[in-house]
Amino acid sequence: MNTAVKELGELVGREYKEGFVTDIEAETLPPGLDESVIRFLSAKKSEPDFILEWRLEAFRRWQEMDKPEWAHVHHDPIDFQAISYYSAPKRDEDRPKSLDEVDPKLIETYNKLGIPLEEQKALAGVAVDAVFDSVSVTTTFKDKLAEAGVIFCPLSEAMANHPELVREYLGSVVPASDNFYAGLNSAVFTEGSFVYVPKGVRCPMELSTYFRINALNTGQFERTLIIADEGSYVSYLEGCTAPMRDENQLHAAVVELVAMKDAQIKYSTVQNWYPGDEEGRGGIYNFVTKRGACRGDNAKISWTQVETGSAITWKYPSVLLEGNHSTGEFYSVALTNNCQQADTGTKMVHIGEHTSSTIISKGISAGRGQNAYRGLVKVLKGAKGARNYSQCDSLLMGDRCGAHTFPYIEVKNPSATIEHEASTSKIGEDQLFYCRQRGLSEEDAVSMIVNGFCKEVFRELPMEFAVEAQKLLGISLEGAVG
Amino acid sequence: MLKISDLKVTVDGKAILNGLNLEVGPGEVHAIMGPNGSGKSTLANVIAGREGYEVTDGSVSFLENDLLEMAPEERAHEGVFLAFQYPVEIPGVANIALLKEGLNAARRHRGEKELDALDFLKLVREKLKLVEMKEEFLYRSVNEGFSGGEKKRNEIFQMAMLEPRLAVLDETDSGLDIDALKIVAGGVNALRSEDRSVILVTHYQRLLDYIVPDYVHVLAGGRIVRSGDKGLALDLEERGYGWIEAGDSATA
Repeated sequence: MNTAVKELGELVGREYKEGFVTDIEAETLPPGLDESVIRFLSAKKSEPDFILEWRLEAFRRWQEMDKPEWAHVHHDPIDFQAISYYSAPKRDEDRPKSLDEVDPKLIETYNKLGIPLEEQKALAGVAVDAVFDSVSVTTTFKDKLAEAGVIFCPLSEAMANHPELVREYLGSVVPASDNFYAGLNSAVFTEGSFVYVPKGVRCPMELSTYFRINALNTGQFERTLIIADEGSYVSYLEGCTAPMRDENQLHAAVVELVAMKDAQIKYSTVQNWYPGDEEGRGGIYNFVTKRGACRGDNAKISWTQVETGSAITWKYPSVLLEGNHSTGEFYSVALTNNCQQADTGTKMVHIGEHTSSTIISKGISAGRGQNAYRGLVKVLKGAKGARNYSQCDSLLMGDRCGAHTFPYIEVKNPSATIEHEASTSKIGEDQLFYCRQRGLSEEDAVSMIVNGFCKEVFRELPMEFAVEAQKLLGISLEGAVG
Repeated sequence: MLKISDLKVTVDGKAILNGLNLEVGPGEVHAIMGPNGSGKSTLANVIAGREGYEVTDGSVSFLENDLLEMAPEERAHEGVFLAFQYPVEIPGVANIALLKEGLNAARRHRGEKELDALDFLKLVREKLKLVEMKEEFLYRSVNEGFSGGEKKRNEIFQMAMLEPRLAVLDETDSGLDIDALKIVAGGVNALRSEDRSVILVTHYQRLLDYIVPDYVHVLAGGRIVRSGDKGLALDLEERGYGWIEAGDSATA
């Protein structure tokens, strides 16, 4: 074991806990992972004891778990002892002073996406000047949410202020033992969002749109917990169309959604992490566990995702349909260009009676990109009258990319109805020429054809997000033809 | 307007056009007729700039510019329009979205202001009447689920919107019943003007009853072997292409 880690661990484990935390405010943990690191992380956030215990238990189990090898992705082995599990926020003097100091390519992309200047600064990690007062904006919306009784705060804050909710629901959908990466996340998660919508409340705004900037820097092991109590509704937006700078290569987030009786959660993601260069060097490994549970009757959970970034994406937003007449939906666009690899899909587990699920997956492969859809539709014995409709479409650009579909269906109740449709098409020279003959540039033509292909998914996104997502696809595919 | 000189074109190494000459002046309507495989569609595609056609010799100038040097979209911006023989389907892309992009791209090229949504819609409604299309067509995906006749009407509608200086209609009459043919021909006739030229590529004389050409050319073996006025098309109908081909080989 790394001696530096050992020393820290010894210190953290002893009586100087609080004082120590203040002392190393601006430090970064050396690489390595053991119990002392976890104690350190927990102490840093002054977490309740039950959280620390939960983390430690997760860590013990994780050490006995094997890395999943079944996904259709290839990468060098990850050395989990080579990763630092805590780094303090960057100090202003270490950041770029203005946008002039930022990679002009990044700025060009921001401009193409039409991102406002102040937001660009925040995204690029520029030390924010005094003129830009994001705090007041945030406060306004926080007041509005509080009025409605909605709790929306960092997870660490929720642990301190609403420990009973966190204790009841954290890990209740994705247990620490669920899979390798969820286990790792449970042990070392750093921050994330917490949402609680009380009974009968319709959340008055799309959550996180206005918090986009503030939600940054949540780190590589993000953990989100959203609870929609009976009869409530919430729409949550995650991510950002702009490519974000991040020095951490491995990301292993966990998102848990709980929808009680008659409640509805709509969760939308646009993910555009750095995909690596054209040869596949660098780039984020994104291993995410996302799952929702429809706990009560008539509950509904809807996942919509647009995945264009990351070198490797490993992600299966799923729904456990426990309540009778509950509904699960999954709408996905996954784009791989250059050397990107994506293995993504969903699991719909029908447990209650007359539960229904819809899966619409659109995979786009360009360059040498590899795109796999992996989906499981499982109907348990008691799920009388369960229904599923799955549609998986793949679009290929060029002849060096690949599309793969792995649908798994397990049905234990004979009254279930399962429909699966799949198609693979190539972006046609005919289509491109037709558009160009009408006056579109080649790039605009590709963008239009691809956006048309993804239309069924985009219309599930909140309006503002949908417009950004369309532009994003066009930009991500630049240079993919010709 | 358009001047084609000694044009030679191969496709996959096979010679299709073997020294074709054609001159089209402003406001003129030229019909290109010929048997299957004579190179009619190749000519249309070369003018529009489709890939896969290798020009081995000759030149094509359009309004004094070298057309062959231009990308397909540049030709479109300059006013070249091709009504496709087989219009492709583009799922999820609304007809109106494609048109608006195309029209505004051409306007930008000409240094004109882009049309706003209101003006665009006004123009669309006016042009729809030409081809007797319902407004709902606009919001359907490009050609998806359209009948053969609807696809061809859509081509003429796009032509009306884009107001080209040179329109090439590639077998626009094929697969049309008589009612649809009349509508399509009516649309084209309404668009005839002094500064707009039309090349009608067709297999049958039937279309020329409705769109009366100024000139008729017969294409055989990759060259224009005979030119004349409308009367030539009628002779052809009566005597068949064999008559020309026989005559052609006799003079060769």
